[in-house]
Amino acid sequence: MSQAANTGIQERPAPAEAARPTSLSSRALPRWAPFAFAALALALGVGTGAAAGWQSHTQWGLFSALLFVVISYVTTSVVENRRQAKDRLATSIVWVCFLLAVVPLASLLWTTISRGAERLDGYFLTHSMAGVLGSEPTGGVYHALIGTLEQVGIATVISAPIGMLTAVYLVEYGKGALAKAVTFFVDVMTGIPSIVAGLFILSIMLMTKTQPSGLMGALALTILMIPVVVRSTEEMLKLVPNELREASLALGVPKWRTILKVVLPTAIGGITTGVMLAIARIAGETAPIMLLVFGSQLINPNPFQGAQSSLPFYIWEQYKVGTDQSYDRAWAAALVLIAFVMILNLVARGIARWKAPKTGR
Amino acid sequence: MASTTPIDSPPAPPVARKRAGSSSGRVGDKVFLGLSRGSGILLLVIMASIAVFLTYRASLAISENDGNFFTTFDWNPAGDPPVFGIAVLLFGTVVSSIIAMAIAVPVAVGIALFISHYAPRKLAAPLAYVVDLLAAVPSIVYGIWGALVLVPYLEGLNLWLDQFFGWTYIFEKTEVGVARSLFTVGILLAIMILPIVTSVSREVFLQVPKMNEEAALALGATRWEVIRLSVLPFGRSGVISASMLGLGRALGETMAVATVLSPSFIISGHLLNPGGGTFAQNIAAKFDEANEFGRDALIASGLVLFVLTLLVNGAARMIIARRKEYSGANA
Amino acid sequence: MAKRIDVSGLSAYYGSHLAIEDISMTVEPRSVTAFIGPSGCGKSTFLRTLNRMHEVTPGGRVEGKVLLDDENLYGANVDPVTVRRTVGMVFQRPNPFPTMSIFDNVAAGLKLNGSYKKSQLPEIVEKSLRGANLWNEVKDRLNKPGSGLSGGQQQRLCIARAIAVEPDVLLMDEPCSALDPISTLAIEDLIGELKERFTIVIVTHNMQQAARVSDRTAFFNLAAVGKPGKLVEIDDTERIFSNPSVQATEDYISGRFG
Repeated sequence: MSQAANTGIQERPAPAEAARPTSLSSRALPRWAPFAFAALALALGVGTGAAAGWQSHTQWGLFSALLFVVISYVTTSVVENRRQAKDRLATSIVWVCFLLAVVPLASLLWTTISRGAERLDGYFLTHSMAGVLGSEPTGGVYHALIGTLEQVGIATVISAPIGMLTAVYLVEYGKGALAKAVTFFVDVMTGIPSIVAGLFILSIMLMTKTQPSGLMGALALTILMIPVVVRSTEEMLKLVPNELREASLALGVPKWRTILKVVLPTAIGGITTGVMLAIARIAGETAPIMLLVFGSQLINPNPFQGAQSSLPFYIWEQYKVGTDQSYDRAWAAALVLIAFVMILNLVARGIARWKAPKTGR
Repeated sequence: MASTTPIDSPPAPPVARKRAGSSSGRVGDKVFLGLSRGSGILLLVIMASIAVFLTYRASLAISENDGNFFTTFDWNPAGDPPVFGIAVLLFGTVVSSIIAMAIAVPVAVGIALFISHYAPRKLAAPLAYVVDLLAAVPSIVYGIWGALVLVPYLEGLNLWLDQFFGWTYIFEKTEVGVARSLFTVGILLAIMILPIVTSVSREVFLQVPKMNEEAALALGATRWEVIRLSVLPFGRSGVISASMLGLGRALGETMAVATVLSPSFIISGHLLNPGGGTFAQNIAAKFDEANEFGRDALIASGLVLFVLTLLVNGAARMIIARRKEYSGANA
Repeated sequence: MAKRIDVSGLSAYYGSHLAIEDISMTVEPRSVTAFIGPSGCGKSTFLRTLNRMHEVTPGGRVEGKVLLDDENLYGANVDPVTVRRTVGMVFQRPNPFPTMSIFDNVAAGLKLNGSYKKSQLPEIVEKSLRGANLWNEVKDRLNKPGSGLSGGQQQRLCIARAIAVEPDVLLMDEPCSALDPISTLAIEDLIGELKERFTIVIVTHNMQQAARVSDRTAFFNLAAVGKPGKLVEIDDTERIFSNPSVQATEDYISGRFG
């Protein structure tokens, strides 16, 4: 800049002159500064927590996080400038947000896996709760597993075709008031709480004097599953390029065959993914099962008659029993459920990646 | 099909075959259209019957109710005369959801920004994947984790909040007891909806056109200023709809609340005190002991929850529609 | 204000891929320097190293020196934010902030720096818009969104936004490639006016444009696809287009390749 002054270019006074940096380089904190701040904040936080005798480590962590944000901001505004300090403030808050969220979510996964693994074995997967007392360390999840598979299976068999056909209608045929109404109500349906879906089937059962069974639960799950299938199928169908449809129609192939033979096969990977994600979602629903399937300790392989259990409902039951042994069973069942859901998710995402239509993006 | 024009008669065999094909095509088209349109209509019928059936059963219960459905602080449909009201449930549902939103939305936006703009690239992709997977964890698992792990953990925090922020009234803990309060429920709901809100917000942030961010950078903006100038304005409507999605889940969440809350039919501004209730939790708790009338009463409360979620979803949709008109031009 | 740029031994990488290799040149203040060359020769990459925008691309890094009046842009304590504040940039496609009004778009850079008087703002905005030959077209709708303007107007709005912070250097990355001929002409006229105040570097695909607007022209080339781009020669525009000293330049100018 001293050079620049000598060249005499700077005659014209600019209004924004005050804002101009006098030099490109400025005082800057070293790269390791954030780590130092973090270490300092942690040390202070733990020190204060221990000194003040705070019981929960949650406070220690929260206080350290707060210290970290404050120390970074103040130091940066002293050493660098306000703008850099704001930038550093945002960075440290974002990092704190991340850590703040990681702790509970990691704890959730860790607890489920470590507690669940204690009880999870072949015996647990192949035995029911028939005749098992709450305080006995035996018993298993077999009956609930059967129930979940059957209820989810029935729900899928009903929802997948209805959902896919609805999506086909919206994308391939849909114009006018009916399509608009369907689109709107699919959105509305997505937001229905599972317990309300359960109450709806319950109100039908009350009027028709129907007894609880796996089928009733499956019907409630169907209501939850259909909109998810419609949405994902719709997205996938929209990705199928119009040229494909036109090419097929131009060959004289009727529209319904074009859809069945050209459009759906192109999108089938994504549609499968959507259906599997929907299954993963309803497999964890507890509330409708509680209202409609009633729960049972016994193996009931018939979903059309009599009470059944299901994995999530089993967890809830065992939690309510409230003994150490039942908690162990609850955690083990939670691990089975999470594993089931995660495997579905992973496979679904795998299929999506493998079969993804080229969108050109 | 019986065309009398001479033009398409000459080469007989191929045309005949083609006609056969196209007439079957026509039937096929009709059947297929009928099926798919029928599915769409079935959806509307389901929605309509949900509203009709719930309203009908609810009216059976409400007409016999001796208390005021909206203002009574009690739930005793088996009593003589039956008395039940949703005031406590409405309060608990709204308050716990507000706490959940107040915690989850800023943190979720923070994590979404972390993944999209701050995290080292090698960390960002697996992190996004894990967040998506976490969004699929069933609520009952959050529930038992909340009851068995989170509640004991939060006791110290509750005491501390009471000690230093007791003067705010809402953080004054006037009853001893474990942390099975609306405040704890709010925190658990926040943790539950965090993955889904994060996941949707991140998608939106990643869609910000590169050239908008470069425009800010070239003006000499710091990373935070780039986010403020181009990422947040672009992503605002997406974040709002993500939040509404989360709010919808928080309002209707059953199991996570039922496991954590120690319910009671009182309204208290002291959020750290155990007690209170939400619609879904109350249905889960009262269902087993309820006779048919009691179940109708629960259905009535479910109807209010249904309407509440409809309003939230409708509001979200309106916000998104309006933002689309405004910001579409240059994107 | 306008400053001289001295580049010596500059190479830029994308990850492990060497995009441009060992470039040295001097850009004179208050002049227009045009970069020409076939696609993929690294002229845009090189331009982006002049205000440290290259390192924004994931994996982007730079070796060598860029002196702005004797101060190295890649020096130890140099803040890239300050560099970009001093070296402005206009992009290939006009990119006004879509949610901001015309006024706010122009004022965006000033507001970032914080040290302006609120009463001065309208004056600076008007001066910048006049400087970009846009004032008469938008003076009645300063509060309308910038995205409502035509492509050429948007590009001039972006130029106004860039010059509002009074940079020392203005980089332009194919500023007319997305515009129609009339808008292109308007921008070219504007460049002629702006060089009275700024050092201007412009990347262009269009050789006629380089011949029309620039004082000096640099020709970039690459040996083969996948090989790094290099500076072939830089000279007065007149010489480059009439009597270049390297055969490859003459081949390119006369349309034999590229």
